[in-house]
Amino acid sequence: MGTNDLARLAGALVLLACAPATTSDPARIVTTAEPREQTADQQVAHALSRLTFGARPGEVQRVRVIGVDQWIASQLAPQRIDDRVATEFLKGFPTIFMTADELATRYPRPQQLQQAARRDGGVMSAADSVAYRRAVQDAQRVATELQSSRVARAVLSERQLEEVMVEFWENHFSVFSGKGQVRYYLPDYDRAIRPHALGKFRDLLGAVATSPAMLFYLDNVQSGVEPGRPTLVAQPANGRGARRANRRPPGQGMPGSPAANAPPARRPGLNENYARELLELHTLGVDGGYTQGDVINVARALTGWSIDNPRGGGSFSFRPAIHDAGPKTVLGVALPEGRGIEDGEQVLTILARHPATARFISTKLARRFVSDTPPASLVDRAAATFTRTDGDIREVVRTIVTSPEFFSQAAFRSKVKTPFELVTSALRALNAVPDPTPRTARVIAQLGQPIFGKETPNGYPDVADAWLNTGAILNRINFGTMAVSGQVPGIMMERWPTAQIVKDSSREAQVDAVIASLLGGGVSTDTRQVLLTGRNPFLDANPRAATDSSMMVVDDDDPPQMMSDRARRPGRDRMGNGRGAPRPLDSFAQIVGLALGSPEFQRR
Amino acid sequence: MKRRVFMRSGALALVTMGLSPRFLRRTAFAADLRAATAKGKIFICIFQRGAADALNIVVPHGEKSYYSLRPGIAIPRPTASGQAAAIDLDGFFGLHPSLAPLKPLWDRGMLAPIHAVGSPSSTRSHFDAQDYMESGTPDVKSTADGWLNRYLATHGTCEACATPTRQPSHFRAVALTSQTPRILEGPAPTVAMNSLAEFTVRATGNQVERLAALYRTGRADIIHGTGSEMFDAVKMLKAANPARYAPSAGANYPRSRFGQQLMQIAQLIKANLGVEVAFADVGGWDTHQNQGGANGVLANRLNDFASSIAALTTDLGDRMEDVVILTMSEFGRTARQNGSGGTDHGHGGAMFAIGGSVKGGKVYGKWPGLEREQLYEGRDLALTTDMRAVFAEIASRHLGAAKLDTIFPGYQGASLEWLSMLKV
Repeated sequence: MGTNDLARLAGALVLLACAPATTSDPARIVTTAEPREQTADQQVAHALSRLTFGARPGEVQRVRVIGVDQWIASQLAPQRIDDRVATEFLKGFPTIFMTADELATRYPRPQQLQQAARRDGGVMSAADSVAYRRAVQDAQRVATELQSSRVARAVLSERQLEEVMVEFWENHFSVFSGKGQVRYYLPDYDRAIRPHALGKFRDLLGAVATSPAMLFYLDNVQSGVEPGRPTLVAQPANGRGARRANRRPPGQGMPGSPAANAPPARRPGLNENYARELLELHTLGVDGGYTQGDVINVARALTGWSIDNPRGGGSFSFRPAIHDAGPKTVLGVALPEGRGIEDGEQVLTILARHPATARFISTKLARRFVSDTPPASLVDRAAATFTRTDGDIREVVRTIVTSPEFFSQAAFRSKVKTPFELVTSALRALNAVPDPTPRTARVIAQLGQPIFGKETPNGYPDVADAWLNTGAILNRINFGTMAVSGQVPGIMMERWPTAQIVKDSSREAQVDAVIASLLGGGVSTDTRQVLLTGRNPFLDANPRAATDSSMMVVDDDDPPQMMSDRARRPGRDRMGNGRGAPRPLDSFAQIVGLALGSPEFQRR
Repeated sequence: MKRRVFMRSGALALVTMGLSPRFLRRTAFAADLRAATAKGKIFICIFQRGAADALNIVVPHGEKSYYSLRPGIAIPRPTASGQAAAIDLDGFFGLHPSLAPLKPLWDRGMLAPIHAVGSPSSTRSHFDAQDYMESGTPDVKSTADGWLNRYLATHGTCEACATPTRQPSHFRAVALTSQTPRILEGPAPTVAMNSLAEFTVRATGNQVERLAALYRTGRADIIHGTGSEMFDAVKMLKAANPARYAPSAGANYPRSRFGQQLMQIAQLIKANLGVEVAFADVGGWDTHQNQGGANGVLANRLNDFASSIAALTTDLGDRMEDVVILTMSEFGRTARQNGSGGTDHGHGGAMFAIGGSVKGGKVYGKWPGLEREQLYEGRDLALTTDMRAVFAEIASRHLGAAKLDTIFPGYQGASLEWLSMLKV
C-alpha cells in the first residue's frame, strides 16, 4: 500500500468521523431533486423488476397506490413487513433450521455408514445395504431443502428486497455445495448471512469469515502457522506431532471420508486460498491495490480460524496453537506480535473500511440494480455513501435505487434475467404455489444456475453476455412451454387471476392481458403481432429471414413502449397480407407459453 | 422509426462505423454460419472424474515394487498363464486387460499412453484438482474460464484475429453434459446438452414457428440475435437427423451413458456441423475399496471406457486423421493398496492420446519409479510431465493455437517440456 492509499484511507476515516452517528429511520423516503426520465408507470414497473423477483398479480396497482418512493422505502425496512405466509411455508423444509451438528447426526454422510458397516463385519449385509441407500437419499435432503427454500422465499416472501440482497450476498460470497461436506454447513451459512443482508458490511464480512462453509470451501481450515514461527501456545514437548494432531483439518479426520486413511493432505503451513479470495473477490477487488505480500500476511493473520469438528458437523473455532503470533503488516497497517483472533478481526475491519472495497461493492450493487455497465457517477455516489456510513448496505442500496440513473431510460429493461430470476419471476407472475419438492430448483440448475452450485469462488456472473448462448436461449424458451403444459410444479392456470378474467374474451383482449401482466405492459410491436397472429412484420416483408439468422435490421429508435403508447402503433391490418391466412392460436395457454418464451420476458 | 435491413456479412461495416451492439461484435466475422468447414482439426476431450488409478491402467509390470505395493490388486505380468493379465506394450508397460479394445490402436501407431502426468498442484481434493485441470491454472482458484474456452476465444473467432482461420459454427464447441463443464466456461460460445435429442424446441405444431417469429425480427440485440441463431442451429441439427443415426460397421457403442455420449459426438462430427472441440466425462473412478485387479469394479469401468472409445475411433474411420482424443483424470491414486482393497487419492496420473497425427506405439513421459524414495511424499506416483505440456502441444500442433501464454497464463514450461507426441 503506497502513501497515496494511506492518505485515501486516512481521508475516509476522517469522513467517517464526521458522519452522523446513525441513520435516522430505515424506512425514510428519499426523493431526489433531479428529474426522472422514466414515466410514472415505467418507474413502478422498473422498481418492481429490480427490487423484487418479479411482480405478482395486482402488485403494479398496489405500488402505484402506495407511491413508488414510499414502496421502496418500505422494502428497505423489511423487519416491518409481515411475512407470515413465507414463514409458514418454510416449515416444510425442516433441515434448513438445523445446525451442522444436528444435520451430521441425523443425516450421516453415506460414506460414514459404509465405513461403519465394514468395521463391524467386513461385508455389508442386506439390511446395511437398505439403510445405506436410504441414507444416500436422506443426505440429498440436506442440499435440496435449502435450495427449494431459496426458491420458495423468492416466490413468496413479502420482504422481496431483502431476499434479493440475500441472493446477491450468497453469490458474492459464493461457496460450492459439492465440495466435501460443505452442504452440511450451508443452512448455518444461510442463517449467518440473512441478518446482515441490509446491515453493516463489516458484520456481514465477519459472519462469512467465521462460517464453517467458507472456512472449509476456501481451505482456511487447512491453514496453520509455518513451522518455526511463534504461536500463542507454548509448544508441547513433542512439538510438531502434537501440533499436527491439534490442527487435523475437518474432513480428513472424519471416519469414512476418502482421506481418512491418508496422512494430512498438506503438511503444516500456510494456505493462502481464503486470504486471496477475501481480498480479490470479497472486498478490495482484483485491482484493489494489494500485493502478494498482503495476501500472505492476511493468510497469516487468519491462521487458527477453523472449525470445531467432532463428527462432521461443526462450528467456528479459533485454534491458538496454530495461529501465527508474529508481527505482520497488512495494507500498510502494522499488526503487533503476540495477538490471537484480534489479528483476523482487525484485518476484516481494515478491509471493510478500505476505499477500494467501497468502490468494488458499490459497482457490483449498481450492476445488480441498474445496468451491466453502471454509470460512473452513480458508482461514485454509492461508494461515497458506503464510506460515509461505515459500510451501511441499506444506505448504499438506497443511494442506488433512488438515483436518477436508476430511473433512467437507459436502465429500463436493460438487464437480462439470470435463470433463477427467470424461473422465480414466472412463478410470481403466474401466482404459483412454490414447490415443496426439489423439482423447481432442478429446473433452475438445468437452465445453468444450480443454487450453491457454482464451483469457483467468483459466483455467477451478473451480465447478459454470460447468460445468453444458443443452448441457454433454447432452454429458456423450452421452460416457457414447460410452464404452461403442467411440467413446472405449482403453475396452474386456475390460480392465475388474469386467466380467469379473460378466458372467454377475444384473442386480442387475451393478448393484451398477457402482455400487461407478464411483460409489464411493454413489448415491441413485433412481439405483440406474433402473439396475435403468429407472424411478425419483418418476416412478412423478408420471408427468407424465416430460415436465416444472418438477416437483420438496425432500428434507429424502437424503445419498448408501455400499454398506453399502444394506440400509436401500426395496427393489426398488416396481418395476413396475401401470404396465406395465419393459423389461429389454439389456446390461451399457448399465448402464455409464447409470452414466457419471448425476448421481453428474458429481461427485467 | 427508420429500419435498415442488411446481411450479417455487412455487420463488420456497421461495427467499424461505431454501431456495434455486443452481439454484432461477437459475430461480426461470421459471414455465413452454415459454411462451417468439414475439414478442420477436431479435439475430443474426455474427463475421467474421480481420480482414475493410473498404475492399474497403464501397468508398470516391469517394476518389481509394483507387485509388492499392491499384493491384492496388481495386474498380473503378461507372462502369467491361465489368468487375465496385462497386455504387454513395450516389455515394461502393459495395458489393463479390460483395455484390450484399445490395443489395435496401439498396434496401428495411433495410441500414445502418457504416464506420470498431471497437475503439479499438491492438492488431493477431487474438486480442486478437477478445477485446476480444467482451468489450466494449477493452484489458482480465481481463474474464471476454462483453458479450452480460452483457446476458442483466442483462435479463429472474430475479436481475436484479423483473419479467422475458419468460420465459426454453432456447434464449434460441444459438451455432451447437462451443464457447461468448467473446461469450456468462458467468453466463447459453447453448447452443452445431455443428448442431441434434447437440443430441440419442445413445442408442437406451429407453436415452434411462432416462437421463432418472436426472435426472427431482424433485431441485432443479443437476445434476438442469439435466439435467431439458436433456431438456425436446431434446424441444422434436425437436418442431420440424429434420430436415425447408424454408426459405421463394426462400431459397437456400449449402451452406457459414456458410450452414448461418444456416439453422439461422432454423429455431430459426421454431420459436418463444424465441430472443433467436443467434451464428454465419465465417473466411477474413485475406487477406495475393493477395486479388484484384472477383474472387478475398476475392470468393469475400464471395459466400458475402452469399448466406447474403440467404437468412436471405428465410427470416425478416416476422419481420425484429423482427430485427437485425449483422456485425463484429476490425479492418480496411492501406489500402495489400502486396507480395504482399494487405493486412495494420489498424485501422478496417466492419459491416452489417440489419433491419426499421434505418434503412437510408444509410452510417453519419464518414468519416476516406485521405490519409496521415488514416490511423491512417500506414497504416490511422482509427476514428471506437467499436464499443460500435453495440452499446449495439442492446442498448438493439432489445433494451431498461437497464443499459448493466454491459454496457459503463468505456465513457464513452453515447448521445452513438450513430449513431441504429435506429428508436426
